Amino acid sequence: MTELSKSGAAVGEPTGTSSAPTAFLEVRDLKVHFPTDDGLVKSVDGLSFQLEKGKTLGIVGESGSGKSVTSLGIMGLHTAGQYGKRKAQISGEIWLDGTELLSADPDHVRKLRGREMAMIFQDPLSALHPYYTIGQQIVEAYRIHHPVDKKTAKRRAVEMLDRVGIPQPDKRVDNYPHEFSGGMRQRAMIAMSLVNNPELLIADEPTTALDVTVQAQILDLIRDLQKEFGSAVIIITHDLGVVAELADDLLVMYGGRCVERGPAEKVFYEPRHPYTWGLLGSMPRLDREQQERLIPVKGSPPSLINLPSGCAFNPRCPYADVPKDDVTRTVRPDLTEVGSKHWAACHMSQEQRERIWTEEIAPKL
Amino acid sequence: MLVVIVMVVFSIFFLIPKWAGVDIAASFVGKQADPASIKAVGEKLGLGDPIYAQVWEFFRGIFVGRTYSGGGDVTECAAPCFGYSFRSEQAIWPVLTDRFPVTLGLALGAAVLWLIFGLAAGVLSALKRGTLWDRGAMIVALAGVSLPIYFTGLLSLAAFSYGLGWLDAQYVPLSDSFTGWLGGMILPWITLAFLYAAMYARITRATMMEILGEDYIRTARAKGLREGVVIRKHAMRSTMTPILTMLGMDLGALIGGAILTETTFSLPGLGQAVLNAIKNQDLPVILGVTLITSLAVLIANLVVDVLYAVIDPRVRLA
Amino acid sequence: MTTQRTSGRRKQVLAAAAVVAALLTTAACGGDSDGGNGGSKNGAAGFDAANNKVAQADQAKKGGELKFASAQDADSWDTTRGYYGFMWNFSRYYSRQLVTNATEPGKAGAGVVPDLATATAKVSDDGKTYTYTLRDGITWEDGKPITSKDVKYGIERVWAQDVLSGGPTYLKEVLDPEATYQGPYKDKSADKLGLKAIETPDDKTIVFKLPKANSDFEEMLALTSASPVRQDKDTKSKYGLHPFSSGPYKFQSYSPGKDLVLVRNTEWKQDSDPVRKAYPDKISIKFFSNANDLDSRLIAGDYDLDLAQTSLSPQGRSTALKEHKGNLDNPVSGYVRYAVFPQSVKPFDNEHCRKAVIYGADHVSLQTARGGPVAGGDIGTNMLPPGVPGAEGQKYDPYGIAGENKTGNVAKAKEELKACGKPEGFKTTIAVRNNKPVEVATAESLQASLKKVGITVDIDQYDGSQTAGIIGSPANVKKKNYGIIIMGWGPDFPSVQGYGQPLWDSRFILESGNNNYALIKDKSIDGLFDEYAKTLDDADKAKIATEINHKVSEGGYYLPFVFEKFLNFRSSRLANVYTSDGYSGMYDFVNLGLKSTK
Repeated sequence: MTELSKSGAAVGEPTGTSSAPTAFLEVRDLKVHFPTDDGLVKSVDGLSFQLEKGKTLGIVGESGSGKSVTSLGIMGLHTAGQYGKRKAQISGEIWLDGTELLSADPDHVRKLRGREMAMIFQDPLSALHPYYTIGQQIVEAYRIHHPVDKKTAKRRAVEMLDRVGIPQPDKRVDNYPHEFSGGMRQRAMIAMSLVNNPELLIADEPTTALDVTVQAQILDLIRDLQKEFGSAVIIITHDLGVVAELADDLLVMYGGRCVERGPAEKVFYEPRHPYTWGLLGSMPRLDREQQERLIPVKGSPPSLINLPSGCAFNPRCPYADVPKDDVTRTVRPDLTEVGSKHWAACHMSQEQRERIWTEEIAPKL
Repeated sequence: MLVVIVMVVFSIFFLIPKWAGVDIAASFVGKQADPASIKAVGEKLGLGDPIYAQVWEFFRGIFVGRTYSGGGDVTECAAPCFGYSFRSEQAIWPVLTDRFPVTLGLALGAAVLWLIFGLAAGVLSALKRGTLWDRGAMIVALAGVSLPIYFTGLLSLAAFSYGLGWLDAQYVPLSDSFTGWLGGMILPWITLAFLYAAMYARITRATMMEILGEDYIRTARAKGLREGVVIRKHAMRSTMTPILTMLGMDLGALIGGAILTETTFSLPGLGQAVLNAIKNQDLPVILGVTLITSLAVLIANLVVDVLYAVIDPRVRLA
Repeated sequence: MTTQRTSGRRKQVLAAAAVVAALLTTAACGGDSDGGNGGSKNGAAGFDAANNKVAQADQAKKGGELKFASAQDADSWDTTRGYYGFMWNFSRYYSRQLVTNATEPGKAGAGVVPDLATATAKVSDDGKTYTYTLRDGITWEDGKPITSKDVKYGIERVWAQDVLSGGPTYLKEVLDPEATYQGPYKDKSADKLGLKAIETPDDKTIVFKLPKANSDFEEMLALTSASPVRQDKDTKSKYGLHPFSSGPYKFQSYSPGKDLVLVRNTEWKQDSDPVRKAYPDKISIKFFSNANDLDSRLIAGDYDLDLAQTSLSPQGRSTALKEHKGNLDNPVSGYVRYAVFPQSVKPFDNEHCRKAVIYGADHVSLQTARGGPVAGGDIGTNMLPPGVPGAEGQKYDPYGIAGENKTGNVAKAKEELKACGKPEGFKTTIAVRNNKPVEVATAESLQASLKKVGITVDIDQYDGSQTAGIIGSPANVKKKNYGIIIMGWGPDFPSVQGYGQPLWDSRFILESGNNNYALIKDKSIDGLFDEYAKTLDDADKAKIATEINHKVSEGGYYLPFVFEKFLNFRSSRLANVYTSDGYSGMYDFVNLGLKSTK
């Protein structure tokens, strides 16, 4: 475990300066807020992490925890589609390969999109344009960044479709999205994302819309391609199982903030936040009976306009009363190092958490 | 299917006067109704026959022509006979062919205008949602939708034709003079297009805003496409689908006669013919125009269906 | 005579609007720069310059295109079938009759002068035989001479009502009251000239034999429906699409509801026609569907005159009065607008209750509701239109309607109510057409003034297209308790018979399509109509007309509102313009000329 984290993504406290980082991708104190009629929606509220090339970061959380907004923020798409006066407010720093994206010329960021950083979306059916063929859409993605003729681009598209395991790619290239099965569509989506050999690939719930059997195939494909292309990968999911084998590091988000992060093994086997315990509890395991397996997190995700005071998780936390003086409800906990490269934000003491984990949680999993 | 629809429409036409107890023959003869003339016109119209026979005669007439006789007078109506008006003593088919081009020219010309301006305004409003431009454009559009044609039409006549004297705004057949025709059609086009452009702008804006929220638009942006390309190539194509449906319906209906526009500008089109026919209780003209209208609507829908397949590949396979 | 009509000459009388009220003062003064009779800068003859007098006769040139505009096509251009006033007027361009209305302004225009005939009729002493001799040189548009047989055939067509419906049927009723003849299309005789009442001893002579004298017979022969039609050119029901011309102009093209163009009939000879001057080379009508557009173009000078001659629309009226007063004429239309009291509805069976309404009404406010003195007309004081021989106009005013009781005489009305046995007043209903805003306005005005004398009225607006079945049915009138009906009436030809018989003769009361709304059953009035039909002398006829009018007025069956007036526009290009009582105050179309042939 420690080995992995040493060579893997460095997940550490932000330095607080705006000097260029050494990591390939570094996010510092990212905030994405959306003004609405009801108030300011703080979708992401102070998030920091780093990611090296060739490594995979899993961002885990419930819907509404801010994980998708984070990925859109990196891509520079958080504000797109928000025409009119009420634009999303974004602050912090996003360093990609030595360039700070938030302060960069938007047109420069546009040119990075698709070439330096690409994205795979959750539902390939809605994410592909229904009126254009798969080939046309891949060709378009390629030709934005490569000044080649259509024929060359189409050869490249066929090559990519072949690479992602679509049979008869020279024929399927002329099919429309609705003529593909769900898994094939996601493969095509992946082919489109990787057509420009991006350095950073963000996969937002890439398997959620797919059958269980297909899920594994797609995850395998992503892993193989990552090895082949050497890209940095961010996988966003609500399902820890998806990233269990894939991710080098994990980042658990709750209410727009990071509550725990660290090397994947650490987070899996020595989780130090009650919310992570809940996520682990609701993870499907093939070696257990259905009834025992799921220990879901009770309650519903918090409002991003009025986060609960103190620890945002406190209303749902079964251990909220363990720390003294009602501190969980009044003071927001900071991330504290709980192990090597392993951080968590909880008011309980290390000992309390270790004890609860080993005595109460782990045996049930 | 076409035949069935038309038959139904027609049966209604033949049935309603019967139910309402209106003596059609008497209404043809007019106020100076002499019983002999009512009887003769009734004979000519075959009003004594059962409804199905009347409908059958009508449709047979389209293919083989008809002969009306009564009171010692014989009226020939050559095929295609779409009926005969005993008010104006004319066969309906020549009236239709004479007036159809006027209406078609009006509808098509106006459609080009309203598509250009309606779509442009709608797209711009969608992209600049909430801005002064958007609000301004939508207020103008609301005005366009709410103001009746005879108001905007008269206003434009008063301003441009009588007031500024820029345009004569009198109908001149295309075969007589192209510039004359253009001059006469511009105001009707603008007036009609204003109403429809307003509707199209509103629909375009709503559709565009919806489409811009689609996942595939986000995908297009994620590829690194310029915003302009995203809008033109990806968003517009989807936006066109409901617009096209509307266009088909609207064109079909307009071909049946843009009654108000034609009346306001005294354009000798189908709409004016049908209005005069209603005023004069000239049932055969109403019947003929109705038939053309239902045909036009059906054909327009057919064309829309074909165009659908061109735009949306999912329809092609279905 | 047994003339039966279900309606007067159909005219579309456009609604007058309150807008005009504001302009009335200027109109009445008539002294502004544009309105002087000497003509104005633009050449317009001046306000009322062509009303009952000829304007700019010497400026008429031969040639040019006379342009009519119309919001309405004729009911038919077939001489037998047309009934619209403007059609009768216009038909003189392409059709001649034995006799026709004099081409003179005002009252003189109602007189009858010879046309195809060499002179007016030689009438037998018993008034039953009318003999005419045809002129030399009268021709059809193909150059063949017009014969007495053509005239007879043309008149016979009136009998073919089953094919040629729509026109007036006076001739049929006077010549063949028993309806023995079946019309030319069912005529078994070889020449199709089987009508016994007309004889054509030779091509130049035609003799009419009336079963019963009718002193208005020659008036009836002056109607368009007495035009000659040549048998080989008779296209029966389709004749109206292209009538075969006997006049100075012939049909060049006609597209119903779109346009009509007449060009010179080169076979017509000026010296054969004492009536028609035939100034323009071409006469066109363009049909509009938008009356406001039409008026604007008329005022702009694109057209010369409105074919329908039934006043400008309210909008055009105000523009024209302000800017082009010199192009307007304000003739009397021949229509009387009135309220009538059905005697079947209580308490209108009592003449004092009827008179209470007459005295109680505010006649000035009724006139204002009709559109005021210019657009509406002069206050009506009796029931005979001023253009009809024997009429006295406002000089005969038995109830002081335009005089001392102009704004209503409450005291006198209450007196009448007491005499009627209803000193506290009563309740009744006004029936008014829902498609005539002006009539609704008059009903409301009447309602307001009657309230002051204690008569409460409800207003019932009925479907205006169904008059024959609603107010034309005495049973329905009684059932609905219509004590007051608002209507108007105009003459087909200017005589007390042509105007008043359907309204006042008890023998004309019908179960449906009745026009004797008051249900007047006065033997002396019936007798006067009979006497009128037998009287041949014009002065004596006028005397009887006056007498009938007095009887009707004294009975208090009617409350006249106005002697209606039109406000018509003539372009500055027109010359030799005058209104004629022969056509109810319209301009006499046939002799209009243009000042410039361009």
